[in-house]
Amino acid sequence: MSPQTLQAASATSSLTGAEIVLRALKEQGVDVIFGYPGGAVLPIYDAIFQQNAIRHILVRHEQAAVHAAEGYARSTGKVGCVLVTSGPGATNAVTGLVDALLDSIPIVCLTGQVPTHLIGNDAFQEADTTGITRPATKHNYLVKDITKLAETVHEAFYVARAGRPGPVVIDLPKDILIGKGPYKEAPKAEHRSYRPQVEPDMAQVRKAVAMLKAAKRPIVYAGGGVINAGPEASELLTKFVRMAGLPCTNTLMGLGAYPASDPQFLGMLGMHGTYEANLAMHGCDVMFNIGARFDDRVTGRLNAFAPNSLKIHADIDPSSINKNVKVEVPVVGDAASVLRAMIAAWQDEPAQQDKQALATWWRQIDEWRGKKCLAYVQESKIIKPQHAVRRLYELTRESGKETFITTEVGQHQMWAAQYFGFEKPNHWMTSGGLGTMGYGLPAAMGVQIAHPNALVIDIAGEASILMNIQEMATLAQYRLPVKVFILNNQYMGMVRQWQELLHGGRYSESYSAALPDFVKLAESFHGVGMRAESTDDLDRVIKEMIAIDRPVIVDCAVDEKENVFPMIPSGAAHNEMLLAPGQEGGVAGVTDEGKVLV
Amino acid sequence: MADQSDNVQRAATIAVLVENEAGVLARVIGLFSGRGYNIDSLTVAPVDEHGRLSRITIVTTGTEMVIEQIKAQLDRLVPVHKVSDLTLEGPHLTRELALIKVVGKGEHRMEALRLADAFRARVVDATTESFVFEMTGSGEKLDAFINLMRPIGLAEVSRTGAVAIVRGTSSLTA
Repeated sequence: MSPQTLQAASATSSLTGAEIVLRALKEQGVDVIFGYPGGAVLPIYDAIFQQNAIRHILVRHEQAAVHAAEGYARSTGKVGCVLVTSGPGATNAVTGLVDALLDSIPIVCLTGQVPTHLIGNDAFQEADTTGITRPATKHNYLVKDITKLAETVHEAFYVARAGRPGPVVIDLPKDILIGKGPYKEAPKAEHRSYRPQVEPDMAQVRKAVAMLKAAKRPIVYAGGGVINAGPEASELLTKFVRMAGLPCTNTLMGLGAYPASDPQFLGMLGMHGTYEANLAMHGCDVMFNIGARFDDRVTGRLNAFAPNSLKIHADIDPSSINKNVKVEVPVVGDAASVLRAMIAAWQDEPAQQDKQALATWWRQIDEWRGKKCLAYVQESKIIKPQHAVRRLYELTRESGKETFITTEVGQHQMWAAQYFGFEKPNHWMTSGGLGTMGYGLPAAMGVQIAHPNALVIDIAGEASILMNIQEMATLAQYRLPVKVFILNNQYMGMVRQWQELLHGGRYSESYSAALPDFVKLAESFHGVGMRAESTDDLDRVIKEMIAIDRPVIVDCAVDEKENVFPMIPSGAAHNEMLLAPGQEGGVAGVTDEGKVLV
Repeated sequence: MADQSDNVQRAATIAVLVENEAGVLARVIGLFSGRGYNIDSLTVAPVDEHGRLSRITIVTTGTEMVIEQIKAQLDRLVPVHKVSDLTLEGPHLTRELALIKVVGKGEHRMEALRLADAFRARVVDATTESFVFEMTGSGEKLDAFINLMRPIGLAEVSRTGAVAIVRGTSSLTA
């Protein structure tokens, strides 16, 4: 054999399946995997042991591995990578996968599988992973032929990040991991069937621009698609909104896409959005939706949603357009490409805006702003949760540290969204679509891995945090100085709020009984525990927390009775918002139809 | 300002070209069941010379908005190459094949044969007490024939569901 052919042979046929997987991951730019070992994936763990290019982070539960990868992905824009074993490893990961699916987060999850000859035999730790995860992923693969292994891994990464991002599972039978086969580099050619449209149709863009220019009461409604399109998309959004002088609101997923401190920002919209954002949505005559999906949390009752408006909807996923709300001008494309085209078309379009109408519209918006819907009164020493988040925001800003916020799900999540200002994209990670309690701590872990020197805070509730509390051990093992800031109101607060408003104050099973001592809990996991019991403690505790370079749990005792306002009750319209007690307006009761909705 | 109260239902015959790979049919069917769409009929078979592509023909009903959703949802499945709404593409042919077993004696048997002849159904199996007819045609034609067979000994029906193709030179290719 000549040296060349020898080399070719060694390059193509001397690798085990596990080695092929790692080499493909490396080629795809993976530097960290979140995972948990088990029988079916031992060959991959053996290969991980024998290399240094890819770091493995051992989580304490597979769900947390996926959330950590989500935090990593959302804070970096890269694909997050997960490795779990067959059977329970895979089924534990399912919640994380669906979470990533609903929030369009690019994840590649490698799952072990029993050897191919045992598939279907109810073998030990066998589960029909591709069957179970089919509706839980953007796409999934079962590799049954080692010659297809490398290309499958490459394709999985392409699918995870292309178009509307999402989670992809690769199910890897153990015999494939042990067997030997060829390595193939990532293909240069286009994918044979999946080629999402990135560049928008210019005719549609021009239509959109003409419609927006002619508007008397325009609004921009921007969502997570702008974040997913990369930081440039947020810059383009800001540029476009400012040059056109438009009011802009963000969805929960879109926070940070437009700077919160900007005077043209109306805050978040939707169920717990601001008064001004929701009324501006209700009263607009032209709406420009970029990268949002008319989610039910945003629209409220559909037949009363922005009733007199013409709608432009730009989205990379054509199936998001005309799904819930019919629109006049659909634009298919990547948010950055669409915004770039919109800016160019805006400059080319000779028609002028109706400045007078726009000024009237802004006066109306300012009047709504005058309602100060997020005002709260911190009167006693009992910490208002809103105040806690506000101080957390202000003190982290003062610290000058780059700050990332994750949350769990519930009242604290909404207060975080309302009272923590986000100036930049990729600094806010929350479980929006699936609403997964237990998301925040592992997501914060993933963020901290990607940004070792940043300040990463999980704003949590005392109920949610217990859903993945085992990850405190992961923080300790890798010395990740994640801060867990618990707004402890001793209730599953959002459940309690709905029971108060919709179920006659019957607080069925929503009391957080038998809570642990969070200070001791932090200490037992080798971290630092602190408690803030009154407003006297709050600032000191937050400052200490920021200063400590170790995992910290802050148990912040907050007003148990506080509710999240404004609130659009389910089945109500944007102009039927409930405001905080003491603020006028919003008398909508909840209809029977509304009660059915979640 | 778009009309949200669009409740008019229409039937649609959708042709989908997909990679002929494991699980692709499950993806399509799971999409329909998961999102609550109707499947009136569904057929699938490989159609290219290498057996790499399969063609799925789905007959469904829904409002215009739902049918547009179905097409968009199908189109974003990774192994899907092309989605074509034949109902909108213009004139197209729809055919279905049925095997129909009729069991009976005497006059019923003769009547079944006479009707089969009138409907151009072929006899593909016969015993002294039964026939199996093979019949191709539109769904309506098959329905009409099967209904006629009911009182004279219809015993079993096996139908393929619709396959369809656009008339003329235009073709659906990957």
